Amino acid sequence: MSQKSGRVVAVNGNMVSIGFQGNVAMNEVVYVLSKGKRLKSEIIRVKGSEAQAQVYEITKGIRIGDEVEFSEEMLSVELGPGLLGQIYDGLQNPLPEIAEQKGFFLESGVYLRALSRSKRWSFSPQAKPGDILRRGDCIGSVPELHFTHKIMLPFDFFGEWTLADIVPAGEYGVEDAIAHVRDQRGVERELRMMFSWPVKRAVDCYVERLKPKQPMVTKTRIIDTFFPVAKGGTYCIPGPFGAGKTVLQQVTSRNADVDIVILAACGERAGEVVETLKEFPQISDPRTGRSLMERTIIICNTSSMPVASREASVYTAVTIAEYYRQMGLDVLLLADSTSRWAQAMREMSGRLEEIPGEEAFPAYLESLIAGFYERAGLVLLNDGETGSVTIGGAVSPAGGNFEEPVTQATLKVVGAFHGLNRERSDARRYPAIHPLDSWSKYPGMVDAKQVEEARDVLRRGNEVNQMMKVVGEEGTSIEDFVMFLKSEFLDAAYLQQNSFHDVDAATDADRQTYVFAKIHKILHARMFFPDKDAARRWFLQLTAVTKDWNLVLMKSPEFKQLEERLDGMLAEVLENA
Amino acid sequence: MHKVYHRIEQIAGNVITVTASGVANGELAQVVGTLGVSLAQVIRLDKDKVYLQVFAGSRGIATDGQVRFLGHTMDVSFTDALLGRVFNGSGQPRDNGPALDENRIPIGGPSVNPAKRIIPRKMVRTGIPMIDVFNSLVESQKLPIFAAAGEPYNELLARIALQAEVDIIILGGMGLKHDDYLQFRDTLEAHGALSRSILFVHTAADPTVECQMVPDMALAVAEQFALQNKRVLVLLTDMTSFADALKEIAITMEQIPSNRGYPGDLYSQLASRYEKAVDFEGAGSITILAVTTMPGDDVTHPVPDNTGYITEGQFYLRHGRIEPFGSLSRLKQQVNARTREDHRTVMNTMIQLYASFKETLEKQSMGFRMSAWDNKLLKYGARFEKEMMDLSVNIPLEAALDLGWQIMADCFEPEETGIPSKLVASFWPKKTA
Repeated sequence: MSQKSGRVVAVNGNMVSIGFQGNVAMNEVVYVLSKGKRLKSEIIRVKGSEAQAQVYEITKGIRIGDEVEFSEEMLSVELGPGLLGQIYDGLQNPLPEIAEQKGFFLESGVYLRALSRSKRWSFSPQAKPGDILRRGDCIGSVPELHFTHKIMLPFDFFGEWTLADIVPAGEYGVEDAIAHVRDQRGVERELRMMFSWPVKRAVDCYVERLKPKQPMVTKTRIIDTFFPVAKGGTYCIPGPFGAGKTVLQQVTSRNADVDIVILAACGERAGEVVETLKEFPQISDPRTGRSLMERTIIICNTSSMPVASREASVYTAVTIAEYYRQMGLDVLLLADSTSRWAQAMREMSGRLEEIPGEEAFPAYLESLIAGFYERAGLVLLNDGETGSVTIGGAVSPAGGNFEEPVTQATLKVVGAFHGLNRERSDARRYPAIHPLDSWSKYPGMVDAKQVEEARDVLRRGNEVNQMMKVVGEEGTSIEDFVMFLKSEFLDAAYLQQNSFHDVDAATDADRQTYVFAKIHKILHARMFFPDKDAARRWFLQLTAVTKDWNLVLMKSPEFKQLEERLDGMLAEVLENA
Repeated sequence: MHKVYHRIEQIAGNVITVTASGVANGELAQVVGTLGVSLAQVIRLDKDKVYLQVFAGSRGIATDGQVRFLGHTMDVSFTDALLGRVFNGSGQPRDNGPALDENRIPIGGPSVNPAKRIIPRKMVRTGIPMIDVFNSLVESQKLPIFAAAGEPYNELLARIALQAEVDIIILGGMGLKHDDYLQFRDTLEAHGALSRSILFVHTAADPTVECQMVPDMALAVAEQFALQNKRVLVLLTDMTSFADALKEIAITMEQIPSNRGYPGDLYSQLASRYEKAVDFEGAGSITILAVTTMPGDDVTHPVPDNTGYITEGQFYLRHGRIEPFGSLSRLKQQVNARTREDHRTVMNTMIQLYASFKETLEKQSMGFRMSAWDNKLLKYGARFEKEMMDLSVNIPLEAALDLGWQIMADCFEPEETGIPSKLVASFWPKKTA
């Protein structure tokens, strides 16, 4: 070991200053030894012979002169088989195991290993001695639940390596040596099934990044049809409290058409995480028929857990996402909420007495947010396969006002914006994504021209509605009034969706294309009505029938019957009829 | 054994600085000033400088005042003898009872492991239709009442506390008017509930630092009772005073303010208190009902805004009534499917009709002509406000649902309400012509 040593010289909130001798590295993990506990911390600033560290625990009880232990490692996560279905805190401690050992509370200074050391995995080798390997190359695999989990050359093995030997197929633990590799200078290193990777560094073992094109189906109509997200893309969901951010993310985490979902509950309510972790094991994934939990990893650093590990939690989550992407899988990372992450940075920046930017957020907020979202992407891997990480971040703007630094910094770097709106949620129009303010730069699965026409109906309907507030219904022409009714129909019958109804909650791609074509036809039709009351009555009925249509299975006979009823109704009012 | 320091180097606001060694962050100290002895807590260490916030305030503290460190962090006595007692923000008796010193437990402890929580399933009945029917309160929920100053929020809080079926009531009063504190105490006493209550009261006249301690103290005690299988209801009023106390200390400590002078960690500070609400797997529960007064009746003010992101809904108290719009109980879906089969339908239908009534009112005020339908709505709205929304209404949930049906039947035909015919058949009151 080196002669590094250090002692606490100041404590301010969750930041300690350490007087040290020897060399320290930025972002190095250090432990403050306080009252027999080892408190994990990270170096965030070095100034002369003093370094500031953020402590991932409550700092109560730390004294001046407490000893500090240096790990010589950056904050890292363990990568290997056994991550799926797990519930971790922001530093990758498995919460159920902590509960088993320590009971109800999260005491400070308790760190457990993320991957089980006792579990045996059935390893089958793939690479042969003599093979030339680069980092990220597959040397074998183990079955992890229903996935084939690739065992790869660790991502920090730069250069070319020759496989010296590899174990035969059999049962091994994550720490057992399974192979040896040698570099060009003859240095030999041992390989295990697990390795670690620093969370704040993007995994870059791929040939190139590709442009995300293929839509990631979320089965939420307003998203897939109007504001689609591509696999490997990024999107954000800002909204005031109570507008339905969390419900929307929960629905997406269930229905999204991806292989693996990682939920980063960052500084939000513990109760919501509890719902997910108690309910997911009971819900089966329609794609595989297995429990949803088997494709889910929860990184949970709720609002009352220490702030510094909240900051780490989004990085932990994205690193695990990148790891599974390297196996050629499509991964969705849902972060709720990135504002809490930004606030954690603000707290730290304040303690460091940095010059504050807007609303006291640090000046580097934008570049950190950009850096985080840029870790999403569709990549071409060494073996010719592709893998993707899609990031969806909820944003909780203060006062529901989008003109604040976190929302604005996020909007600059994401590919789609699903803005939740207070008026819509108050009117119980769920999902409360605003159909006029939101946007997406990704191609969808429905014809773009038709979508644009439908949005135009919404826009014009909205104008008529504004006008009617002034001149009343009497002063509005019937054409305008019908336009308004059409926009309300599109909203009620297509954009709104009941996320608590078994059928309506998830509309798959085929059904969306089919139903949208019908809706578009109705919107496009020239209609004739004798008066406004007749028009309103007809549209109310049309909306009711279409809503019923949304509630029946596409395969069922009722689906056809209701469709025929819609056709019949439309024929009655066509202008040339 | 504990060294006494005689030299206070700096006094700013309620924070004093002494040069000392071997002191732990968060440790308590006794400070002797010219006006008496007070507790103080270490809030920052910088080399050999120790910053302490003095609970009783720095008034009368001289540079040669004595500071004696106690070697432990802030704690509170936890025994059954707490029941029926009143304490101040330092944990000292406020009534004339004896000070309690046994079984000290630390306050502001670690958070509950999410893996040890369970999904809440038990409704707390309050006898207030606007809560029971429309936004059911659920055991282990954290719910604030948002109100402008002058609204009867403390009366509402006391009423819910008295009617809720809980084992223990803990009141954390912050910045209370002395009259309000007496009112709380007398109400609890008059209803025979004082013997199962504990009061931690900081009044507006008391030092600010004590205000900061109140929620931690109340919640630490609540947590212990909950672990003993008790169902605990914690009332916190007013959390805006608590936030203002945080602001005061933060500014004194020269922290960079983030929004309207509040410290950047306001969200985390509020969350670490509210998140103490819990339903333990295999033990009791803590339900938190708080009051957040909104300066200027503005919900985007940092305190109500941050609170809204933390809590599981909110009740808006406006003009002495719980507003149906804006009020929300995020957990109501967990319980209202299993109360009575018509509960959800009555809840949704009555609110939709009330929303239509509001639109009609608007039309009426703009001078548009009232149709027959509008007149029905006007009749309905008046009865809804009088018989459901008025806070003096005090009936069990089932009676409130029946009343709902009666009001709708008196104003509308069944098909006008859009209620499914199956429910109409079994619940629509027969006309007693």
